[in-house]
Amino acid sequence: MTTMVVNKKYKNRQKRKDAMISVFIGIFALIWMTPILWTFWTSLRPYSDIIQKGVFSRPDTLNFGNYVDAYRQMDIWQYLANSFIVAIPAVILTLFFGSLLAFVVTRYSFRFNLYLLLLFTAGNLLPVQLVYAPLFKIYIWIGDLVGNRNILYDSYIGLILIHVALQVGFATFVLSSYMKTIPKEISESAMVDGASVFRHYWSVILPLLRPPLAALSVLMTTWIYNEFFWAIVMIKSDSKRPITSALGRLQGEFVTDYNLLAAGAIMAALPTLIIFFILKRQFVSGLTLGSTKG
Amino acid sequence: MTTTAAGKKPRRRRAFTKGDRLTLSLFVGIPTFLHLTWVWIPALATIGLSFTFWNGVQLSNIRWAGIANYNTIFTASPVFWDALRNNTYWLLWFTLIATPLGILLAYQIDRRIRGHKIYESVYYIPVVLSLAVIGIIWRFMLGPTGLVQVLLGYPGIEDAIPIFGNYKINTYVILTIASWRHIGYIMLLYLAGLKSVDSSLREAGAIDGATEWQSFRKIVFPSMKPVNTIIIVITVIESLRAFDLIYIIYGTSTGWPILGMLVFQNIYGQSASMLGAAYAVILLLLSITPIVFYLRTVFREDNP
Repeated sequence: MTTMVVNKKYKNRQKRKDAMISVFIGIFALIWMTPILWTFWTSLRPYSDIIQKGVFSRPDTLNFGNYVDAYRQMDIWQYLANSFIVAIPAVILTLFFGSLLAFVVTRYSFRFNLYLLLLFTAGNLLPVQLVYAPLFKIYIWIGDLVGNRNILYDSYIGLILIHVALQVGFATFVLSSYMKTIPKEISESAMVDGASVFRHYWSVILPLLRPPLAALSVLMTTWIYNEFFWAIVMIKSDSKRPITSALGRLQGEFVTDYNLLAAGAIMAALPTLIIFFILKRQFVSGLTLGSTKG
Repeated sequence: MTTTAAGKKPRRRRAFTKGDRLTLSLFVGIPTFLHLTWVWIPALATIGLSFTFWNGVQLSNIRWAGIANYNTIFTASPVFWDALRNNTYWLLWFTLIATPLGILLAYQIDRRIRGHKIYESVYYIPVVLSLAVIGIIWRFMLGPTGLVQVLLGYPGIEDAIPIFGNYKINTYVILTIASWRHIGYIMLLYLAGLKSVDSSLREAGAIDGATEWQSFRKIVFPSMKPVNTIIIVITVIESLRAFDLIYIIYGTSTGWPILGMLVFQNIYGQSASMLGAAYAVILLLLSITPIVFYLRTVFREDNP
């Protein structure tokens, strides 16, 4: 009886406290959103309007004119397309290689399994600046070897391959921890049935990997889309630049037209925002699969 | 593979067919070749090159330098110490302010306070944006005609005050922008960990009169050990890796030097020298401890 009274008293107090916490976090959330909302607001107003009337003025016109101009003057579509031309094959290859490695290290007990996983995971964590200069030389050297300097340097392929090489460790790690939860009996029966290693991978294991593959593909598409360093150092031609590194340049070029740049930034942000809101569950589980071994 | 008794793994020789052996070596070989050639060989080469003089063009021009590059950095490059200081500020700010705030948010949202679903999304939005976009967005807040300028009382373009170029405040400004993203990231990781904490433990604690702080410190925090380690490691690695945001705000100038930018300045483009390689090695040495820490944590329960 008394415990129940105490319990109720406690609950009431806690409820009041929770309401306050909620309001506080809510106000904080509004502040959190301000930079994005402000950029969006800026992107809807013509620059001349702001020049004449100041920043905090009632707008005469609110429209998507800046977006049309951004599209016409900035080649935004080209850059967006470049981003996906790089990200999509990179993600597919990363997941393919990652699933192969994870399959071997979890289904067969070779002595090198642990070291292999360590090698890949550690490689994923190295500072990228450590890798850049010799890799650039290798790209040029391979280019000279086949008689086309731009086969890897300043090409989509070169950019895709470095993303794959770096990210495959993370994919392997996540996929192998997931694969450990798949009962060994499934593999054993496949082996007893005399399935080849390839069949075992392709028809037995791969279909079971759908959930982590979906999660990883969402997460990695966003990562590679947002990636910045390799896009600046490995792509020279402006027409091949992904959107993130192109924005760096546009920022300098359109320095006098803030509102146009705002429209460009919003357009660059839209794909990841859309991916996030539609596939939030996959996104979150991809991140937590890898980091907390859940 | 067949595991007979618990914990005992007989290393049995399997008779693989020729085809199977080929498949297995391709499965392992192709990704490993790519990873080694693209990541490890260049990384090791950079370490070697850091002991040479080279302008990055002709291989035949490489000259042995011993530790001359490191000598230059430690004794004749004040910018190195500035960068080290800035990276340290970054690390301290993330460890003492941003990461705890992320954990606090996760803890409150996990208690399902009103609006927790919306809050979760709102705080997570900056994490899905690229740092290039984040840099531009914040220039709209802080640059001429930016919202912050207006709030500070400088509404016109002519009378805007420089913020990124103001050495008294730019450190705080940059770290605030970086935290905008980091807090949501930590919140999400912690939130996922919290889902695995037994809620009945917390309820029991609450009935016994434990305050929120006590229940967090005595019940939640200890049961989150692996997540705590990973969050510490991520905080350290992110602080050392910082580059994108600074590039977007300052370009390649040393407006606010950090190690990642020093490597880039010295190794990229026409004026390359192996000073950059030495900077990269210093960055690696600083990163090794958190990397090893991370590997040990994630591989501990994982030994095959």
